[in-house]
Amino acid sequence: MTDIDYAALAREAGLERVGARPSLPSYLKEMWQRRHFATRLAKYQIEASLAQNRLGLAWVVLNPLLQAAVYGLVFGVIMDRSSRAGVNFIPFLVSGFFVFHFFGRSFSQGAKAITGNASLVRSLGFPRMLLPVSAVVREIYELVPMMGVLAVILIGFGELPTWRWLLVPFILALMTLFNTGVALIAARLTVHLRDVTQIIPVVTRLLMYMTGIFYSIEEVLADNPPWMLTLAQLNPVHDYIQMVRTCVLEGQTVNSLIVITAFVAAVVFFIAGIVFFWSAEERYGRD
Amino acid sequence: MTEPRNPTVVVDNLHVDYKTFASGKAAADRRSLMSRQRGIRIVHALKGVSFVAHEGESIGVIGHNGSGKSTLMRTIAGLIQPAKGAVYGASRPALLGVNAALINGLTGEKNVMLGGLALGMSPEEVDARRDEIIEFSGIREFIDLPMKAYSSGMAARLRFSIAISREHQVLLVDEALAVGDKAFREKSEQRIRDLREQAGTVFLVSHSMRSILDTCTRVLWIDHGTLRMDGDPHDVIDAYKKSK
Repeated sequence: MTDIDYAALAREAGLERVGARPSLPSYLKEMWQRRHFATRLAKYQIEASLAQNRLGLAWVVLNPLLQAAVYGLVFGVIMDRSSRAGVNFIPFLVSGFFVFHFFGRSFSQGAKAITGNASLVRSLGFPRMLLPVSAVVREIYELVPMMGVLAVILIGFGELPTWRWLLVPFILALMTLFNTGVALIAARLTVHLRDVTQIIPVVTRLLMYMTGIFYSIEEVLADNPPWMLTLAQLNPVHDYIQMVRTCVLEGQTVNSLIVITAFVAAVVFFIAGIVFFWSAEERYGRD
Repeated sequence: MTEPRNPTVVVDNLHVDYKTFASGKAAADRRSLMSRQRGIRIVHALKGVSFVAHEGESIGVIGHNGSGKSTLMRTIAGLIQPAKGAVYGASRPALLGVNAALINGLTGEKNVMLGGLALGMSPEEVDARRDEIIEFSGIREFIDLPMKAYSSGMAARLRFSIAISREHQVLLVDEALAVGDKAFREKSEQRIRDLREQAGTVFLVSHSMRSILDTCTRVLWIDHGTLRMDGDPHDVIDAYKKSK
């Protein structure tokens, strides 16, 4: 090797190590400066994914609506109705499924955010967190028309608007914090271990059945020991859905456990996700 | 040791390795690694490269396929974390690669916006430079078509134009001059010379010895992950040609 002290030479010239992870505040500041990249990427990706279809942007709403229809057919028509006595089933199903869809897509798209954009990550230097955030932004863009359709369905099935509908955006904002945290954690885990992508659909499916999209958890577990219901209500996804349902449907209620879990999960996952993702910032271009 | 010019990039004993999945014979070769995970194999792409680049230099990087040139560029740009050693730079060096990603299903114009934003410009700045970028690429009549309809040369020209639209103190160009027709190549070479005069440093990876001789003031020869030779373009290229 040579006997030149390169590190000292660099220090003298005032050069900094390239690719070093910035401190968290300056990282977030750079994120904010480049936020337009995340929002445009989200918007363009929706356009690009739908440009080939005849019905174009209508699929943003049609796809989850058709999926909800399948579950409605299986659980609403074929199976017996004791699991949701006294529930206005169609609005119950659609509100639950649309809100769950927001979570499920943020989770799966967030997980693919780094590995699926490998060529972008390999060729340009920008805060990597923009990619999973962009994935969540994309889901927010898709959620807006879905909520519009939900409003139409609610009114069509006799659930008339009340002032409580105005709370829904705040609940969804809280859920967005939670989803972002989950997306960031999933994005980093996928980089370390590709196998995570194989597990995510299973986890999402499990969460969906545990969340009570097409049955009421509160009804089904009414005769079981109370700890089972408490456990089910510690699932934040269920809590956001239950809070939305309480706002838009007659006869749905929340308790303090649901509300507290929803707030705590949002804050904890959001902060943990940011720190967890940021601490591996230097490693994302590697594999 | 006193340098007449300011260093812009210092590369200090750089080692880079890749973890990759091998199968067949390559996987069976390494018994010790099988205990961890079958078929994982470590490839040492760079084995201790050191040099100092200065303001106003235009440095050609040559070597055979697989010698580690592109890895070196990506590591200087901070896109790969070195296993050992470090790269120091005044600002984050910008890498301009042929396969810089843009979204294929979108029109050229939207890709200009996205590429500009990815480089750290604001939407207003991209709007202001859009005409200049499109003009430089010379594909104005196709700018409203999706990029997948472009020929590989057209797409590469657009990417080059986007990347070059912003002033970079250190610019890394990876094989980009190999694409495009003669007129576009001359235009890009001129642009690279201009950039160098703005007290920047340019690295150019190419297999075209002619474009290296035309644009570079210094040449690094990378061979099997080590720096084989570093010096005057004519000397290094002569030695490189003889080795073949």
